[in-house]
Amino acid sequence: MMLPRLEPRAEASPLARYLSPFLAAALALFCGGLLFASLGYDPLVAFHAFFIKPVSSLYGLGEVALKASPLLLCALGLAVGFRCNVWNIGAEGQFTMGAIAGGGLALVFPHGNGIWLLPAMILAGAFGGMAWAAIPAFLRTRFNTSEILTSLMLSYVALLVLSYLVHGPWRDPAGFNFPQSRQFEDAALFPILFAGTRVNLSCALPLAVLPAVWVLLERSFIGFQIKVVGLAPAAAAYAGFKEAHLVWLSLLLGGAFAGIAGVDEVAGPIGQLLPHISPGYGFAAIIVAFLGRLHPLGILVASLLMALVYLGGESVQVSLGLPLAVAGVFQGMLLFFLLGCDIFVRYRLSFGPGAAAARLP
Amino acid sequence: MAPPVSNEDSYDKSRSTGKAMTEDRDRQAGGRPRLALQGISKRYPDCLANDHIDLEVLPGELHALLGENGAGKSTLVKIIYGVVHADEGTAFWEGEAVKILSPAFARRLGIGMVFQHFTLFESLTVAENIALGIDDSGEMRALSEHIRATARHYGLALDPHRTVHDLSVGERQRVEIVRCLMQAPRLLIMDEPTAVLTPQEAERLFATLRQLAAQGCSVLYISHKLDEVRSLCERATVLRGGRVSAECDPRAETTGSLARMMVGSEVVAAARPLPHAPGPEALVVSGLRLASADPFGSDLSDIRLSLREGEILGIAGVAGNGQAELLLALAGERLAPAPADVRLLGEPVGRLGPAGRRARGLAFVPEDKLGRGAVSEMSMAENTLLTAYLGGLVRCGLIRFGRARALAGRISRDFNVAAGGVDSPAGSLSGGNLQKFIVGRELLQRPRVLIAAHPTWGLDVGAGLTIHRELVALRDAGAAVLVVSEDLDELFEICDRIAVISKGRLSAARRVAETTSEEIGLLMGGLSDEEHAGGRHDAA
Repeated sequence: MMLPRLEPRAEASPLARYLSPFLAAALALFCGGLLFASLGYDPLVAFHAFFIKPVSSLYGLGEVALKASPLLLCALGLAVGFRCNVWNIGAEGQFTMGAIAGGGLALVFPHGNGIWLLPAMILAGAFGGMAWAAIPAFLRTRFNTSEILTSLMLSYVALLVLSYLVHGPWRDPAGFNFPQSRQFEDAALFPILFAGTRVNLSCALPLAVLPAVWVLLERSFIGFQIKVVGLAPAAAAYAGFKEAHLVWLSLLLGGAFAGIAGVDEVAGPIGQLLPHISPGYGFAAIIVAFLGRLHPLGILVASLLMALVYLGGESVQVSLGLPLAVAGVFQGMLLFFLLGCDIFVRYRLSFGPGAAAARLP
Repeated sequence: MAPPVSNEDSYDKSRSTGKAMTEDRDRQAGGRPRLALQGISKRYPDCLANDHIDLEVLPGELHALLGENGAGKSTLVKIIYGVVHADEGTAFWEGEAVKILSPAFARRLGIGMVFQHFTLFESLTVAENIALGIDDSGEMRALSEHIRATARHYGLALDPHRTVHDLSVGERQRVEIVRCLMQAPRLLIMDEPTAVLTPQEAERLFATLRQLAAQGCSVLYISHKLDEVRSLCERATVLRGGRVSAECDPRAETTGSLARMMVGSEVVAAARPLPHAPGPEALVVSGLRLASADPFGSDLSDIRLSLREGEILGIAGVAGNGQAELLLALAGERLAPAPADVRLLGEPVGRLGPAGRRARGLAFVPEDKLGRGAVSEMSMAENTLLTAYLGGLVRCGLIRFGRARALAGRISRDFNVAAGGVDSPAGSLSGGNLQKFIVGRELLQRPRVLIAAHPTWGLDVGAGLTIHRELVALRDAGAAVLVVSEDLDELFEICDRIAVISKGRLSAARRVAETTSEEIGLLMGGLSDEEHAGGRHDAA
C-alpha cells in the first residue's frame, strides 16, 4: 500500500510550534489572494483594501484597538480553560449575558450619574458571564456533561434572552418600535480616551488583565495545577489536585472576562442594548486563543490580527463591494491552516511501508 | 533478581557456540534452521535498538531470548513478526530469504506470537475473539469444535463459549496460545509469558511448550527470568544494548553467569534485610469495602492490613486482582466509605484526598509512570512540583522555580537519572530513568509511610538494586513501606512480611522467613486461607 500516512515525529520541535501560527497566517493570506483573484479582483488591490487601508488612519488604528480589546479579554479567559481541558465554546453567550447584566444596570439607573455606575456595571457584567458559565461548570462537575455542548447551546439561549428583552420589556418606548433599548446615559458610558477615535477607557482593561493572566498561567501554583489537569488528568488525581475546583475556576474566569467584554461593548461603541451586540467575538476568541498558542503575549498579537480581519472585511465591503462574509472566510482559513500546521508539527507525511509502529496487529 | 555471582571467566561467543553444540544442532535440524537472522539492525530516532543481530532458531527448539529491559528483545521479535521493519539485515525462513512485511505475512509463513499484553475483547467470547484474530476463521460452530480439539490436544482446558472478562489471566493467555496453535505455527514467539502467571500456572505453560517443541514447533521464549530459562530452554541468545552479547546453553550455566551476560558486569544483590523489630502501626486498613470504578475491575471486599513502622510489607498477586483499586484507596484517590476505614499514623484519613494524606507523611509511587507519576510534556523540574509542592517549592501561591530545579538536580544525582538536564521534558526520559526519577522524588520527601507500586518495573538489574537498597534504608530509618508487586522474587528479597491479594480479597500477611513462593503462589491462584491448610498466620 503506497497511500500517504501520518507518522508521529519523535520529538516536536518547539520552534515549529511557534512558527506554525505565522505559517498559518501566510497560507491564509495566500489562499485569500486566490479567492480575491477568482472573484475577479486584483489580489494586491484587495489586500491593500483589506489589510492596509483600515490601519492607515488614526481612526482606523483606534478601531483595531476597539475590536481587539473584547477579543483579547475573551481569549485570555478561554486560554485558561483550554489549558485545563475545559473546552468553553460559549464565550459568545457569556459575553451576551455580561452585556445584559451590565446594560441592565444602566437601564435600571437611568439617572444614575455617580462615578460608581461604571464599576458596578463591570462587576454586574462579570457576574452575568460567570452565572452563564457556572451552568456548564455545574453540569460537567456534577453529571460529567460535555461543556463543549452545554456552553455552545447556552450561547444561543443567551442570544434569545437578549432578543426577548430588547423586543419586549426593555424596548425603548421612544424608539419607533425598533428592537433596541434606551440609549445609556453618559455616566454609563466609558469615556473616550483619544479625540478623533472611538477608543475608550474599556480598552485599557484587557491590558491590565493580561499580566495577571500571565502570572496565573506561568508563575502560580494554580496555573501549574491547571496545566497538569489539561496535560495529564491522571497525574493531577495522583498529585491530589482537585480537578472539579479547577474546572469551576477556569469556567468562572472565562465567563467573567467574557461578561466584562460584553459590558465594554454595550457601554462603549454601541451605547445601548441591541438584538445583536457581538459580531461573533466569543467564537472568534477561540481562534485567537489557539493562534496565540494559549500564551498571553501570543494572544495579544493574535487579537490584533483578528481585529484587522474584522476591519478588513468591512473595508473590502465598502471599497470593493465584497460581502462581509469574506471576514468569516478569513477567520475560518486561519483556524483551518493553524490546525493543519499543528498536525505537521507533531506528525510527518510518509509514503509506503515505513516504521509501522502505528500498525500493531 | 540474581544472587551473587561466582568468579567465572568472561563469556564470548566462541566459547558458547562450541563444537558440541554445533553437532547437536546438525543432528536436530539437518543443518537448516527454521529461522535465521543475519545482521538485523533497527534504529529509532533516539537509539539503536538492534545492532547487527544474528539469531538462529532450529526446528523443535526451545530458544530463549534473554536481556534486560531496553536490550532490544521486543524490537527484535516485532521485526520477526512483521510489526516493525528492520533497517538492515536479512531474515531467512527455512533457508529462504524473506521480507516479513506484516503480521499477516508472518502468520502465513507459520510464525505465531503471544504478546505480553493480551489483545482480547473482554465482552466477546473465546471463540469470537479467536475468529477475529485468525485470517480465515470459517463457520462459527466448526471453529468452536476446532478450538476444543486444539485445546484438548495440548492439554489446555478452554471453553470456547465463555466470555473473556470472566476468564483469569492464565486462561486469557491460553486463549492467545490456542489462537496461535490453531494456525499450526512452526515458530511460536512468547513475550514474557510468565509475567502475569502464578508459579503453578507457569509450570502448566512450560509443559505445553515442551510438548509443542517435541512435536517440532520451535519456540522463541523471551524472558529476563533466569531460573525459568534454565529449566525450560535448550539454547539462549543474550542481548545487551541492542547487540548479541552471548549465545549459550542455559542448562549448563548458573543463574549468576547468565545474569552477568545480560548485565555485562558483576551483579551484587542487595543485602538481605536483617530482621527488624517493627514499631507502632503506621497504616491500618480495617474492613475496607469498595466497588471498583472499572466494570472489569475487582471490588475490594473486607480489606484488612496493618503496616508497622520499620517494616516492609509486600502485597503479591496476579495483575487485575484488585491491586489498582487498593492502591487508589490507600493513596486517597478513591475515598473510603468511613474515615476510620484507613488510619495513617493513628489518624483516621479514610475521607481525606491524596493531598491531605501526603501532608500527613504519606508518599506514593504509582503504577503508571508516564501520565500519572509524571507529566510527559513538563520538565523534570516542573514534575518535582507534582508531589513535592509541600516542601517549600511554593510561596504565596507562586512557584519557586529555582528550588524546583535544584530538587530535580538532586534527584538526578542521587538516583543516577540519565537525562538531558532538569529542563528536559519527562517524556524524553527512558522508562527506567523516569522510574528512578519518580521513586527518587518520593523518597527524598522523607515519607513516614511509603507506598510503592511495582517500584522496579522496567529497571535493569543495577537500577533495581539501587531502589531496593533505598527502600530498605528507608525502612531502617523507621519508615513504613508497602510494596505492591507481581514479581515474587522482588518481594521475597526485600519484604519482612507478604500478603496476597486475589479477587479483591487480601490474605493475612506471612513472615517471609516462614513462607515459600509455592504457598504464596497458591494464594495468588485464588486458594483462600481457609482452604489452604497449614497456612501460617500472624496478626494483620
